[in-house]
Amino acid sequence: MSLDLRVEHLLRDLAPQVLGATVRRFRDFAASEDAVQEALIAAAAQWPRDGVPENPHGWLVRVAQRRMADHARSEISRQIRESVIAEGAPGAVEPVTDDEPEIDPDDTLVLLFMCCHPALTPASAIALTLRAVGGLTTAEIAKSFLVPESTIGQRISRAKQSIKSSGIGFHMPDADERAQRLGSVLHVLYLVFNEGYTTSAGTALHRTDLSNEAIRLTRAVHSLLPDSGDVAGLLALMLLTDARRAARTGPSGELIPLDEQDRTRWDRQAIADGVALAGAALSRGAVGEYQLLAAIAAVHDEAECAEDTDWPQILALYGMLMRLSDNPMVGLNHAIATAMVNGPEAGLALLAPLDNDARLRGNHRLDAVRAHLLERAGEHEAAIELYRKAATRTASVPERDYLMLKAARLNS
Amino acid sequence: MKYMLIMNTPRDGYTQYMNWPKKILEANVAFMQAFTKKLRDAGELVGGEGLASPEQAKLVRAGKDGKPITDGVFPEFKEFLAGYWVVDVESPERALQIAAEASTAPGQEITGADGKPITHLWIEVRQILGGHKEL
Repeated sequence: MSLDLRVEHLLRDLAPQVLGATVRRFRDFAASEDAVQEALIAAAAQWPRDGVPENPHGWLVRVAQRRMADHARSEISRQIRESVIAEGAPGAVEPVTDDEPEIDPDDTLVLLFMCCHPALTPASAIALTLRAVGGLTTAEIAKSFLVPESTIGQRISRAKQSIKSSGIGFHMPDADERAQRLGSVLHVLYLVFNEGYTTSAGTALHRTDLSNEAIRLTRAVHSLLPDSGDVAGLLALMLLTDARRAARTGPSGELIPLDEQDRTRWDRQAIADGVALAGAALSRGAVGEYQLLAAIAAVHDEAECAEDTDWPQILALYGMLMRLSDNPMVGLNHAIATAMVNGPEAGLALLAPLDNDARLRGNHRLDAVRAHLLERAGEHEAAIELYRKAATRTASVPERDYLMLKAARLNS
Repeated sequence: MKYMLIMNTPRDGYTQYMNWPKKILEANVAFMQAFTKKLRDAGELVGGEGLASPEQAKLVRAGKDGKPITDGVFPEFKEFLAGYWVVDVESPERALQIAAEASTAPGQEITGADGKPITHLWIEVRQILGGHKEL
C-alpha cells in the first residue's frame, strides 16, 4: 500500500475520534467539525511529504483545537466589532493544552446518532455523516454524488443548523431511544451503500468508493454493537451484494442481470464473510428486514449457477419479509420468487393487486417484472409492449438500454 | 434525483425581453439571481445556464467529407431553449414546486408562439437519467 493510501486510511479511521475529543472540549459541534476537517486536510497534505507523526491522533487533535481557538478569537473580535457583546462573555475560550486527548471508541457511534438523526433530511444526513464520521472531504463527497462542492457544503451547513435547532446533543441516546435512532443510522448507511452501488458509465470508480465507505462505517458500528442482529444483517447484506460488483456490469457499463452474471467473478471471500454474518444474525432471535434481505442475498450467492438457485427458500424468506414490511417492492420480488417456484402464471396473479398501489404508480418496475413473467409465459406481444413502457419510465440509462434490448430481441 | 427545469421562449422572446421597461427587467434579473442563490443555499442546485439569443444559432451536420455544413435556424421553429437549471432533490414533488416558483419570475406579458399572451412561463420539468441499482 502506498504511503498516500495508508495516510488516507489512517485519517478516515481517526476522523470520528478526533472530532469526539474536540467536541467534548469545546461543546460546539458545528465549529469543531469544521476545525477537524481543516486538520484532516492539513494532515493529508503534510504527512505523505514529511512522514506520519509519532502520535497521529494527538497531532490532529492539537491542530483542530488550535483552529478552534483561532475560530473563537475571530468570533469574539467579530462580536466586538458588531458591538453586541455582553461584558465578560469572551471568557469562553479555553487554552489549548498539550494534554493527551482521551480516545473514546463510542465516539463513532455517538457521532453517527447525531449525524443520522431523523430531524435531518436524508441528503443532509448523508453528506454530514460522510464528512464528520467518514472523514471524507467536501470535494470527495461532491464528486461521488456528481454535484458541485458548494451544494454539498450547503447540505452540511444545513445539517448542522438542524442539529443546533433541534437541540440534538453530543451524547449517547438513552436505552429507550437507542433502537429507533439506530434504525436511522442504518438507513443512512444503507442509502450511502445504494448510492455507490448505482453505477453510471464513466463515474463507476468514484461511486464504488461510496459502497466501500458504507461497508467500512457499518463494520465500525458492528464492532461497537456486536450483538445487534440488525447491524450484522445490514453488514452481511452489503457484503453479499457488493460481492457481485465485478460481474454486474459489462465492459461499457451495461447491466448484466443476476441470472446472466459470470459467477466466477463474484468475490468468494466477501460471500463467505457475508454468509457467516447473516447466519449468526439470523440465529439471534428477533429477525428484521436487513437479516432477511441478507439471507436472500446469501441464497443467491451460494448457488453455483442461476439454475441451482434455491427458489423455494427465497420464496419462504420473501414471505417472512412480506409480514414485516408493506413495501410494494417486496411484493414485486415475492411475485418473482413465486413465479420461479410455481410458474409465471402464479407470479402474474400476485402482480394484479399491485396495480392499485399508489406507491407504484408510474414506476417502471411493475411493468418490467410483468414483462419478464409474460415473456416466460410465452406471451411475447404483451411482454414487448411492457418492456418498452418500462424503458420509457426508468430513470436509469443502463436499465433503459437493457429493457429496450429485451423488447427488440423478443421482436425479432 | 436530478431534474432539469427548462425555460423555453418563443422565437422573438429575446427581443421582447430586451424591450421590457427598466423596472420590470431589473425585477426579473433580481428574481433570477435570488432564486438561483436560494437553490444553491438549499443544497439543491447542480447547475444552470442561460442561452444566448437564437438569432445567431446554427444548425449543423456533417457533409460527405465530415466537415460541418451549417444552416440558419428554420423559420418553422417556434420555440427555443432560453435556459435551464439542474436540481438534485428528494422527490419529484419538490422538483415541481421549484419549477412553479421559477415560473413566477416577474416580467411583462409576452406574446407566446401561438400569439396568445403569457404571464407565467411554463417550465418544463424533465428527470435526468442516471445509473441503475438492481433489476
